[in-house]
Amino acid sequence: MVSDERADQARGTARVKRGLAEMMRGGVIMDVVTADQARIAEDAGAVAVMALERVPADIRRDGGVARMSDPAIIESIQAAVTVPVMAKCRIGHIAEAQVLEALGVDYVDESEVLTPADEAHHVDKWAFTVPFVCGATNLGEALRRIGEGAAMIRSKGEAGTGNVVEAVKHLRSILGDIRRLTVADQPERFAAAKELRAPVDLVLEVAERGELPVPLFCAGGIATPADASLVMQLGAQAVFVGSGIFKSTDPATRAKAIVEATTHFRDPGIVAKVSRGLGEAMRGEEIATLDVKLADRGW
Amino acid sequence: MKVGVVALQGDVREHREVLDALGVDAPDVRSPEDLAALDALILPGGESTTISQLLRSSGLLDALTERVADGLAVLGTCAGAILLATEVLDGRPDQCSLGALDVTVRRNGYGTQLQSFEADLDLDGSDGRPFPGVFIRAPVFERVGDAVDVLAVHDGHPVLVRQGPVWASTFHPELSGDLRIHQRFVDQDHNRYPKGER
Repeated sequence: MVSDERADQARGTARVKRGLAEMMRGGVIMDVVTADQARIAEDAGAVAVMALERVPADIRRDGGVARMSDPAIIESIQAAVTVPVMAKCRIGHIAEAQVLEALGVDYVDESEVLTPADEAHHVDKWAFTVPFVCGATNLGEALRRIGEGAAMIRSKGEAGTGNVVEAVKHLRSILGDIRRLTVADQPERFAAAKELRAPVDLVLEVAERGELPVPLFCAGGIATPADASLVMQLGAQAVFVGSGIFKSTDPATRAKAIVEATTHFRDPGIVAKVSRGLGEAMRGEEIATLDVKLADRGW
Repeated sequence: MKVGVVALQGDVREHREVLDALGVDAPDVRSPEDLAALDALILPGGESTTISQLLRSSGLLDALTERVADGLAVLGTCAGAILLATEVLDGRPDQCSLGALDVTVRRNGYGTQLQSFEADLDLDGSDGRPFPGVFIRAPVFERVGDAVDVLAVHDGHPVLVRQGPVWASTFHPELSGDLRIHQRFVDQDHNRYPKGER
């Protein structure tokens, strides 16, 4: 193991932070709550795991304050797998983020799935060596998070519902606004920055590139291989699957099927093949029946 | 000139963009049929355990192993380097290997993402300008065979190596904006390693 920092190495640069997200493209990041689940996820071909105390469906069911996971759980998951391990901190909870960095997690998710610690401010993510992913429901929110130092954006969807409708809504909102910016003239782009409440330099960059300056993944409600194929076809670069795997009747088979469908999302024959005989998907929730919409958290 | 990029998972797009910039056709490779008519191949960065599993399920593993053994030029970066190696440490027992490069490679040899870094590299046989090396949860070559040429070293370990038509880096030239390594890979004499004579 080579771990001493050297004078000729630069760690925690924007390039290095974004780089790990780029390595996860076309992959599936899976929520896990035990070392056993983490091994099932890695066996199935997950590109990373998200170490949690409870999956979003249980957080939603149990209510109360949802916080960063017990470090012992995170460490047991780190010890169980060789793929990157992510973990969640509460929005604006600088100290939880510092703890996760001290634990050596590979990515911190400043997540609306946990109860926010700050109702106005997000973590200054530039101040950390560890990279951050943040959720977004629209382009303005995504660009504010990138302005704060996020190296990956995931469209939020509605976590813990097994219902893909909000994921589709948020992904379409972000990508549709990007498409509109690319054909806007310069004064329209300035006006868009104002309307999006987003940094003007980032708005101009997105307008030129036709995409976010960091990878855009999709989360919140993906429960089947076809769900994964759908969001990949809409333009997601990778998917997060939370409750959808370990709340189903056959997690190992379903996890593997979602991995295959994410890679071969353009090939309906393969998606059909892997969708057979997966057992029951998680039951799922109608969005209109929810007491709390987690996606509304974040500012 | 056609250089396929194995497009199962990882930073496929960045490799394709470099090849585009060099004026090289860069089709995606997702099935054995995609291997036909390629002059060379790139195994991108990504998660080696995931790509390994997808190589098996797609049927690419056997087809690819055969083409590489026949002398097809291959460049593997990071995860791609792990997949080419004859020996992998800290991998999964079921991780597949094309066995095309006589090296021992340790996965995540520098540690976690916190130990990922950028560093300037001296490239052997280059014009003297440093090459910007981007190392993401990078592997480490702990042993290289006698037939393997070392083209760049960092911190006492080889980071860019070549064994005939098989090239591998533990860093990501595709993330650096510097085209020189891909250029050299594409420009090598592709007739020098005819079928079965390597």
